[in-house]
Amino acid sequence: MTQPASSSRSVLLFALLGAGVLALLLANICLGSATISLADVWGAFFGDSSDESVMRQIVLDFRLPRALTALLAGSALAVAGLLMQTIFRNPLADPFVLGVNSGASLGVAIVLLVLAPAGVTLTQGLELSGHLLTVIAATGGAAVVLAIVLSFAQRVDVMSLLILGLMLSYAVGAVVSILMFYSMAERIQSFFAWSYGTFGNVAWSHMRVFGTCIVSGAVASLFLCKPLDAMLMGERFAESLGTNVKAVRIFALGLASLMAGTVTGFCGPIGFLGIAAPHLCRYLFKTAQHRVLIPASLLGGAAIALAADLVAKAPGFDGALPLNAVTALVGAPVIIAALIRQRNLRKAFG
Amino acid sequence: MSVKPLQTESLRVGYKIKGQEPRTVASGLDLELVPGEFVCLLGPNGVGKSTLIRSLSGMQAALGGSIHISGTDVSSMSPKEKARSVSVVLTDSLPVGMFDGYSVVALGRHPHTSWTGGLGAEDKERISWVLEAVGAGHLAHRQISELSDGERQKIMIARALAQETQIMLLDEPTAFLDLPRRVELMRTLRDLARREGLCILLSTHDLDLALRSADKLWLLASDGTLKTGMPEQLALEGEIAATFASGEVDWDPEQGAFRMHRNACAKVYVGGTGAERVWTCRALSRIGYEVVDNEEESKLSIQVIENCWRVSFEGENFECRSLSELVERLLGSNV
Repeated sequence: MTQPASSSRSVLLFALLGAGVLALLLANICLGSATISLADVWGAFFGDSSDESVMRQIVLDFRLPRALTALLAGSALAVAGLLMQTIFRNPLADPFVLGVNSGASLGVAIVLLVLAPAGVTLTQGLELSGHLLTVIAATGGAAVVLAIVLSFAQRVDVMSLLILGLMLSYAVGAVVSILMFYSMAERIQSFFAWSYGTFGNVAWSHMRVFGTCIVSGAVASLFLCKPLDAMLMGERFAESLGTNVKAVRIFALGLASLMAGTVTGFCGPIGFLGIAAPHLCRYLFKTAQHRVLIPASLLGGAAIALAADLVAKAPGFDGALPLNAVTALVGAPVIIAALIRQRNLRKAFG
Repeated sequence: MSVKPLQTESLRVGYKIKGQEPRTVASGLDLELVPGEFVCLLGPNGVGKSTLIRSLSGMQAALGGSIHISGTDVSSMSPKEKARSVSVVLTDSLPVGMFDGYSVVALGRHPHTSWTGGLGAEDKERISWVLEAVGAGHLAHRQISELSDGERQKIMIARALAQETQIMLLDEPTAFLDLPRRVELMRTLRDLARREGLCILLSTHDLDLALRSADKLWLLASDGTLKTGMPEQLALEGEIAATFASGEVDWDPEQGAFRMHRNACAKVYVGGTGAERVWTCRALSRIGYEVVDNEEESKLSIQVIENCWRVSFEGENFECRSLSELVERLLGSNV
């Protein structure tokens, strides 16, 4: 008896997804408010390094980091969503179920709505440090909420944890809305601008932290393939197979939240991608095995994020669309299509 | 003395609920499992069969006493060590998700594979073997979500066998199966136990089947005591009757089964032979008659002669052409 014959199909799908990600990456570098030809992109990468042309600067300092950010953020959110869906055995779980994005938004709200009006000098004039402060506030807020939820993770079962994260999100959201209630319209505007999300704020100087967090999170998640497969059948089942259930649970939740928190810190809260990408991959690869789904989600998430940013930049038009709106507009039809074709998403979870 | 695969000493099992006294479901258990033996755990509903199985597998901490697996205290074993010595099939873990049968069975190899879960030649060989052993070869390439409950149960048992442990504990694995499948499964497990030298403990509600297939019975009574022994011995000694004692049913030692308890309304003598007489007696006792052996004892007498039931009651006689006609007439006449 052989293993299921679907592996050749998987190889083909991986090749297609990989090619798609590369093509979208190139498209993201070429297309934007001004179109850059492939030849110019080639020149920027491999041409004379003493060339100080604007084109080269745009490609290397703006387009490339933005495209890489989209790629990394998409991968991170997709894998984080997959980990959450498996740990909670719930198709509706997303990277933010434990409340990391509400924690991040509280951090940012405190910076933009409380600190900034109080000490305007702090952010005024220094554009970069202002942004960095937002990043630190968002990451810090996410970390605090995460620490609270994970401190319960040893003691309660996963369903309680899910509800705990939800309640914490509501409570933190309430604090944010009180802050907004007492804030000036222009401050609220800048908070909103953050909440739309963008891949354009990660400069090369931030990439070291951003990239390290996400790449190490993604690599570490690959080590969870085997226990996650067992966890999908229930924690008791996993335990009987020799899985250290509590350790895997904490590790997976921590990894997912680290990745989701990093993305939220640097790019703002980007919804939908984290739910949609794992479902899309399950639908494409027709399996729930994590040694297929984790790499597939890395690629699928990257592809969706790159495609969404391409649409958000609205090449050929003036102006741009909020990224969050685009991910939902791209993602919702995908989920609906998968749902209709597959009849029943619960089938993947029981 | 050789080391037993599984041995307990004055084991006490039960639940711990926060802020409450631990609830003991069974205590003073000195049990052992011997290689090649197929043991059935029987007991009334809610008596704690599942708790005992979970405790023996080391998944739930015992309240007292000790459990040794091949000489090692279970509480000092790592999850992986436990998974290499004991496999468990639990009631609440029917597989779900987008897995095919093969992948689910392959999960059973987890304690033996590296962190990637990649299957070596030995693993693949074992998987093929267990799929054939439980008669689930044809389910390997089908999605789990498309299988019936019974087929899924087979896959789960194959999964446990794939784990290649000497001890296998199953909590009511026959619950979803129809009778022929149940008989088949019990026979498969018993044969595996003998052939491979496994210790298999299976909890079930199916008394009749357990009596016929188990090498040994563990009877867990409502008072938390456990009796062990050969099925036939326990039946003869009246232990089975005592374990399941209830006002509603009577143990019939000659049939080896429980019968609905009825206050017989009248006695009846049934004459005749063969299957027709057997089924006539069953129909009569179902509607409340007590079948007696001596014609003198009862006023009602029924002679079964090839497709004809001759009834005589206090000098009155009539004939029926079928068993259902007989039952209808008797119910209608209130004799």
